[in-house]
Amino acid sequence: MSQQHAAVNGGLPNGKVLTLESMNPNVKKVEYAVRGPIVQRAVQLEKELREGAKKPFTEVIRANIGDAHAMGQKPITFLRQVLALCAYPDLLEDNKFPEDAKQRARRILGACGGQSIGAYSASPGIECVRQDVARYIEKRDGGIPSNPDNIYLSTGASDAIVTMLKLMICGEGAGRTGVMISIPQYPLYSAALADLGAVQINYYLDEDKCWSLDLKELKRAVDEARKHCNPRAICIINPGNPTGQVQSRECIEEVIRFAKEEHLFLMADEVYQDNVYADGCKFHSFKKVLFEMGPEYSSTVELASFHSTSKCYMGECGFRGGYMEIINMDPEVKAQLTKLVSVRLCPPVPGQALLDLVVNPPQSDEPSHGTFIKERSAVLAALAEKARMTGEMFNTIPGITCNPVQGAMYTFPRISLPQKAIDKAKEEGKVPDMYYCMRLLEEEGICLVPGSGFGQREGTYHFRMTILPPAEKLKIVLEKIKTFHLRFIKEFS
Amino acid sequence: MDARTTQEIVQTVIDLSSGDLHRAGIGPVSFVRQVLAACLYTNLLRDDNIPLDARQRAQQFLDICPGGSVGVYSSSAVGMPYVLQRIAEFISRRDGGVTADPHKIIFNSGTQENLKLVLSLLSSGRDDLQTGVLTPVPSPHTLPRLLQYNRLSSVPYRLQQEQGWAVDVEELHRAVTDARAHCDPRALFICNPGIPTGHVQDRKSIESVIRFAAAEGLFLLVNEVYQDCVYGPGVEFLSYKKVLLEMGQEYSEHVELISFNSLSNGSLGECGLRGGYMELLNTDKVVAERLMVLMGYRSPAILPQSALEIMVNPPTPGEASYPTYTQEISLIHSNLSHNAQRGYEVMNTLKGVSCQPAMGGIFLFPRLDLPARFLEEAKTLGLQPDVLYSQMLVDKAGVCVGAGSENGSEEETCYYIRLSFAASSDTFQDALSRLCSFHHQLHETY
Repeated sequence: MSQQHAAVNGGLPNGKVLTLESMNPNVKKVEYAVRGPIVQRAVQLEKELREGAKKPFTEVIRANIGDAHAMGQKPITFLRQVLALCAYPDLLEDNKFPEDAKQRARRILGACGGQSIGAYSASPGIECVRQDVARYIEKRDGGIPSNPDNIYLSTGASDAIVTMLKLMICGEGAGRTGVMISIPQYPLYSAALADLGAVQINYYLDEDKCWSLDLKELKRAVDEARKHCNPRAICIINPGNPTGQVQSRECIEEVIRFAKEEHLFLMADEVYQDNVYADGCKFHSFKKVLFEMGPEYSSTVELASFHSTSKCYMGECGFRGGYMEIINMDPEVKAQLTKLVSVRLCPPVPGQALLDLVVNPPQSDEPSHGTFIKERSAVLAALAEKARMTGEMFNTIPGITCNPVQGAMYTFPRISLPQKAIDKAKEEGKVPDMYYCMRLLEEEGICLVPGSGFGQREGTYHFRMTILPPAEKLKIVLEKIKTFHLRFIKEFS
Repeated sequence: MDARTTQEIVQTVIDLSSGDLHRAGIGPVSFVRQVLAACLYTNLLRDDNIPLDARQRAQQFLDICPGGSVGVYSSSAVGMPYVLQRIAEFISRRDGGVTADPHKIIFNSGTQENLKLVLSLLSSGRDDLQTGVLTPVPSPHTLPRLLQYNRLSSVPYRLQQEQGWAVDVEELHRAVTDARAHCDPRALFICNPGIPTGHVQDRKSIESVIRFAAAEGLFLLVNEVYQDCVYGPGVEFLSYKKVLLEMGQEYSEHVELISFNSLSNGSLGECGLRGGYMELLNTDKVVAERLMVLMGYRSPAILPQSALEIMVNPPTPGEASYPTYTQEISLIHSNLSHNAQRGYEVMNTLKGVSCQPAMGGIFLFPRLDLPARFLEEAKTLGLQPDVLYSQMLVDKAGVCVGAGSENGSEEETCYYIRLSFAASSDTFQDALSRLCSFHHQLHETY
């Protein structure tokens, strides 16, 4: 028993109750590079700048996190008008608000307890919002039915992803649940798996083929994993984070077939579904493809798809809006899922309201339609241009190769580091790409996340940069990285 | 309850089970919503429909949001430093000037989330030897699922009904001693004001709990979300932190304490925004570090941080919105206070009902001595008597209350209902009348 036992006989314990040693071993393993040590250093540098310290740069550019508004992207007017009306309904009398915004606000408020966004909602979310989400999915997927009972609203997609993992993870030893995640991956997955004590099963995306999925690699990973755990799920992010690839339809069909053969639950993270830029690329929802493969698949493969208000054209990360749609889940398990979501009471109601607007935007016959379309198109066009610019620029730098940014919000270039630099990094107790990124931060004030935070093939190095800074600033950032890179290579040659 | 019945009574059901102020038609507080609206739609920063000081407050808040938008990720995973600073100042003022460190304050999407995080740290992560948490009986109805989620053992300690639901240290002793046979007790959870009991601890009581925790090597988790809902003459909320720091060094520098407060439960009642904070005291530095990492991928929302900033830093005399703000808060408070008193009096007039006064919080927790025939019927139906009582109450009288068994009361012969008095006084009066008729009828029938 713990040292607390000694305390029973009187007197105070010598140490603390909660220490590193006594802490839950699972939570100790959790890391999240996107907000990790390099970001902490960036915050420190910003503080020093504010206090008047002299640096080789006048500002720190935070290209580490997929936060569009922080980088100057403007919110969509219609969304904010409706939310303001929901927050302060007295404004429904204000004639500066368009009628369609007021109508949506009234409808949302009518579905809230006491007509207020300050009341708790039902745990799976406000009923009419779930219905609207289902309708949106049906429209998106060419009429394939969506049942509102299968829609669970969540606190961002992250909450829903963690909930699903929690539901699935069980067993001990060789029977412990294993979850397949892509390498590179968005580190929410590795963090959640560590936190929940699951076995992480890595499958490598093919950098030489534009980060596409390779069936042989999936098979290798799952066969290997079966020796020491019980693989139960496969997670896929499409469009990809950090890689930006948009999976082809054929690829998605292959993954579905693989999931069926290997009896795996499919988790499809589709939060970047509107962020598709490259010619020839198209977003195909896993659900749509599944149903178009016929009943042999559509009535058997278990699937959870995730979406959020944080990305796409909205960029409303701060609202924590999101949902998941569950397909073919065992009804008894679904009952457990419903119970599980009730632990966190309910998702933030403003986020639910925002989601309702995202799935229910102004229609062509409504007054706000014109402005809405204009604003949305401008955001997506700007992102597409920045995606193109970024891929192009990085490929002109000797020692840096970059796959095209087909979608999402990031670029994940590969950097070849001289052996001397690798040695220096080791000397300083840092992983080589962390060393590279720290140097870039200190010398140019640009904050990126090293590829080691996302996973990469042994012996390769990358960094993830967002494409979110305004185009003019992005050009400057790319130039600075080029200058730094050439200087760095020279130093260590 | 069948669908037809639901349809018929849906217009007239009075829901007194959850303590949600807005659902009950109380609030919101205007200034908070004016600020939020201006934060959301920045055109309003130039609109006279929003008072000037609300617009200024919104601008101040937007100034600390990167990009000037509330749609950003929280600059720190544990809450924006500006907001944490304000919370620290509030705590300091509340506790008579004692310093509060903003680096020991964590903002999250509510008490439930905060508690879940802390419990995940405390959990052994093993099922063969689970960490135990001492939990009061009765306790908040949302607590059992949290413990289950984190694979923790609940170690119940009974509150003393006849002493207004006070804590009894001997009972704490009994609980922890018995618990050591099957789990590893590491923490003590308590609510002050009590949920759903409404008991407010005096200094002596708080000190006795602190001494007990110190002696037994227990981490203190104190839910203080109803700290500004305190009623009755001479009743005063004292924070555990304040009391702890005024005890000798052997306690004040050692007892590990986390206190919780929230946007949901005070007079603002902003449950739907999902916001709350916790303050760490005497914890190992690794605790704050770990919480920061765990929260890294679960960024808290921005809007509730603005609302919370107002809650801890409301308009002051001289500011344009001060009179309205103060008046609205005051009305809410006096409404609740009036209902608490009225509810207590009325419940105690009912046959077989014994109710302790609510010194704080939002609930009454009356005990029901139910007729034997009713108990038999419940048994036949396979229902707990308090559940049957609640179901019949909503079916026949359109008043929804919580069954006491949700709050963990374990006695075999008496049952409880959880009755929130968060309602307008007219609605509450209506609910009380309906309940009285129903109760009277029940005793006649059985």
